[in-house]
Amino acid sequence: MTSLQLTPDGRLRHLLTLDGLPEPILQQIFSLADSFLEVSERAVKKVPLLRGKSVFNIFFENSTRTRTTFEIAATRLSADVINLNIATSSTAKGESLLDTIDNLCAMMADMFVIRHAASGAPVRIAQHLAERGLDHVSVLNAGDGRHAHPTQGLLDMYTIRHYKKDFTRLTVAVVGDVLHSRVARSEIAALTTLGVPEVRVAGPKTLLPKALGELGVRVTHDLDEALDGVDVIMMLRLQNERMHGSFIATTAEYHECWGLTPERLKRAKPDAIVMHPGPMNRGVEIASSVADGPQAVILPQVTFGIAIRMAVFTLLAGVAPGGLT
Amino acid sequence: MKWMITNAYLVDPASGREGYGAVAIADGRIVAIQEHPADSPTAPTIPGFTPDRIWDAERRVLAPALVDTYAHLTGPVLEQQTRLERELRGAAAGGIGHLVVAPDTAPPLDEPGLVEMLLERARRAAITDTLPLGALTVGLKGEQLAEMARLTAAGCIAFSQGDRPMRDTLALLRAMQYAASFDLPVWLTATDPDLSLPGGAHDGVVAARLGLPPIPVAAETVALTRLIELAAEAGVRLHVVNLSSERSVALLRRAKEEGLPISASVSALHLTMTERDIGAFDTNAHVIPPLRSSRDREALAAAVADGTIDVITSNHTTVGRDAKAYPFSESAPGAAGFETLLPLVLRWGESQGLSLAQTLAPVSSRAAALVDNDEWGRLAVGAPADLMLFDPDEPWIVDAQSLVGPAHNTPWWGLPLTGRVTHLMRRGVFVFERAAEPFRN
Repeated sequence: MTSLQLTPDGRLRHLLTLDGLPEPILQQIFSLADSFLEVSERAVKKVPLLRGKSVFNIFFENSTRTRTTFEIAATRLSADVINLNIATSSTAKGESLLDTIDNLCAMMADMFVIRHAASGAPVRIAQHLAERGLDHVSVLNAGDGRHAHPTQGLLDMYTIRHYKKDFTRLTVAVVGDVLHSRVARSEIAALTTLGVPEVRVAGPKTLLPKALGELGVRVTHDLDEALDGVDVIMMLRLQNERMHGSFIATTAEYHECWGLTPERLKRAKPDAIVMHPGPMNRGVEIASSVADGPQAVILPQVTFGIAIRMAVFTLLAGVAPGGLT
Repeated sequence: MKWMITNAYLVDPASGREGYGAVAIADGRIVAIQEHPADSPTAPTIPGFTPDRIWDAERRVLAPALVDTYAHLTGPVLEQQTRLERELRGAAAGGIGHLVVAPDTAPPLDEPGLVEMLLERARRAAITDTLPLGALTVGLKGEQLAEMARLTAAGCIAFSQGDRPMRDTLALLRAMQYAASFDLPVWLTATDPDLSLPGGAHDGVVAARLGLPPIPVAAETVALTRLIELAAEAGVRLHVVNLSSERSVALLRRAKEEGLPISASVSALHLTMTERDIGAFDTNAHVIPPLRSSRDREALAAAVADGTIDVITSNHTTVGRDAKAYPFSESAPGAAGFETLLPLVLRWGESQGLSLAQTLAPVSSRAAALVDNDEWGRLAVGAPADLMLFDPDEPWIVDAQSLVGPAHNTPWWGLPLTGRVTHLMRRGVFVFERAAEPFRN
């Protein structure tokens, strides 16, 4: 996928996954986000970098939160933003997906922000654009099935960088439903690339892919073991549809075994930070007192998310500023 | 027409014999075989045989036409003669002279009339022999037994569900018992429908990384154990189609050691590719059973070499561009297999250090034995002149220029392969000749 998302001279053409994305590009995005964070604090929160560019937010899966953050990021860069909510029906997928893209290309789209329920859908679109020779159109993956959510992974890394500075001295725990989580996959890929020496993953066996260990992480089913002395705790959302049925017994038992409680948090380093991609299930994967406590950085994650998405937009558009400040 | 093909590298998978020589053909049969040194300047004389034509094979390999024991014919092959002929031409271009067809055509082969229609169209096409598998149950729905006796009379060689599951265990036992009443074999795939998540990939590192629904090895071993136990109970001959895992090889080996009448196949794709070939969501690598780990691939390759797995199939499935244009999990499964069968089998044979005769056996002599035919898969006097010629060293690229049939949905697309069929002869008549090498009958 590296050859698909990078140009031959190593610039970012699409952002599809963090898996295999070189560290210098991650660092470049972080530096750009630093400068955009400053823009967000101005009275006039707008720069003209994407003026005249059309950004299409195409959400085949509903998500008000994520769509809004992309919309705010693009608007602050002065792009024209068009939102399309296309509910997926079992018959209107696939080819209609590519037909939709062809139609929007004919409307001179510059960038597509895609969310889709199927793993690999944005990859398919990027391949399709390449087949059509539309090299100037970029695809930004806003979450595809269980595969990847690269901007969420980036903003999580940016948050860690903000609080912990040096990735190469950290122990990080990722906790919960990894099997169905595109966020977890993007986090694990980025943590590995950034040189985090120990990434631990904890959850019930039903919610962890069998080959997870081959991705360079330490797998455990015991949360206490996973949290012991860690610097960063990244909680994952337990999706509503998994809460009943055969993945876990009850949410109460899940909370008892894998929920982050104040007592459990004491096992981590005293200055450990707690992250969550939202929306949270309070009392299930995370206790309210932890979510609202002093170690939680869940709201700063959201703020950083805007700056990260602005950074990615400018890189993709090839207008990343040299001296923005 | 009496033929003499000289200066060929003769390979007989049935006896294991190889060497340069000439083959004399009359009335569609091999009437004499004479070895001679390579590049002999003159054709050998065979007493009492005067050929109408002598043809120099230029040191290419002359071997029996391949017997492909499992392929799907999708699309309107029962309705349109041209559609069937396009598929069969693809098979011929792969060196396949005898083709076992799964019953999951549209409509499925669950009535004698449909079987007769397919056979009549195939006879008219006169490209490859077509051996239909009858539907085990009506509509392949896994409920009502199909009319196996009448389907056999119409030309079915065994009974199968195609790739469709039999959820109801009692119905499966009865179907096996019914088939055993006529001493008919059942050919079934080993896929547990609950464990085999649609749109999934092997429960390994690629599925973990790409976020594809994981299909555990148990999806196969649970189903295989069920098949073996029910077949033992019913006393039916069981052929398990297209295994994919190391653990299944162990189960198969044990069943064979117990003396159960069981045989098995593996697709050429599963002998040469793994989960990693899914790459960036290549929907052409979306197949059932899924491509598994390199360890599984190696175990399967060794199992064919030692005879635990009996035959190699193309598991050919034509899937059109549109149905593959979806994201991986939503795309239709299946890969083209006819035209890559020989080069993939050669690749497997080389990896196992086998002779050409040993390499070809699982797609010729051993495959002929599976379908109870003692004439095919042999290069011997008296055998039918169903022969293929190929250059084992010719490199070629799998693309729209090189493929003859309608199926382009192969994960080998754009990649180089070695070994290529140039001619296929059926009962002494050339039915396929590659465009670059025309030869008129």
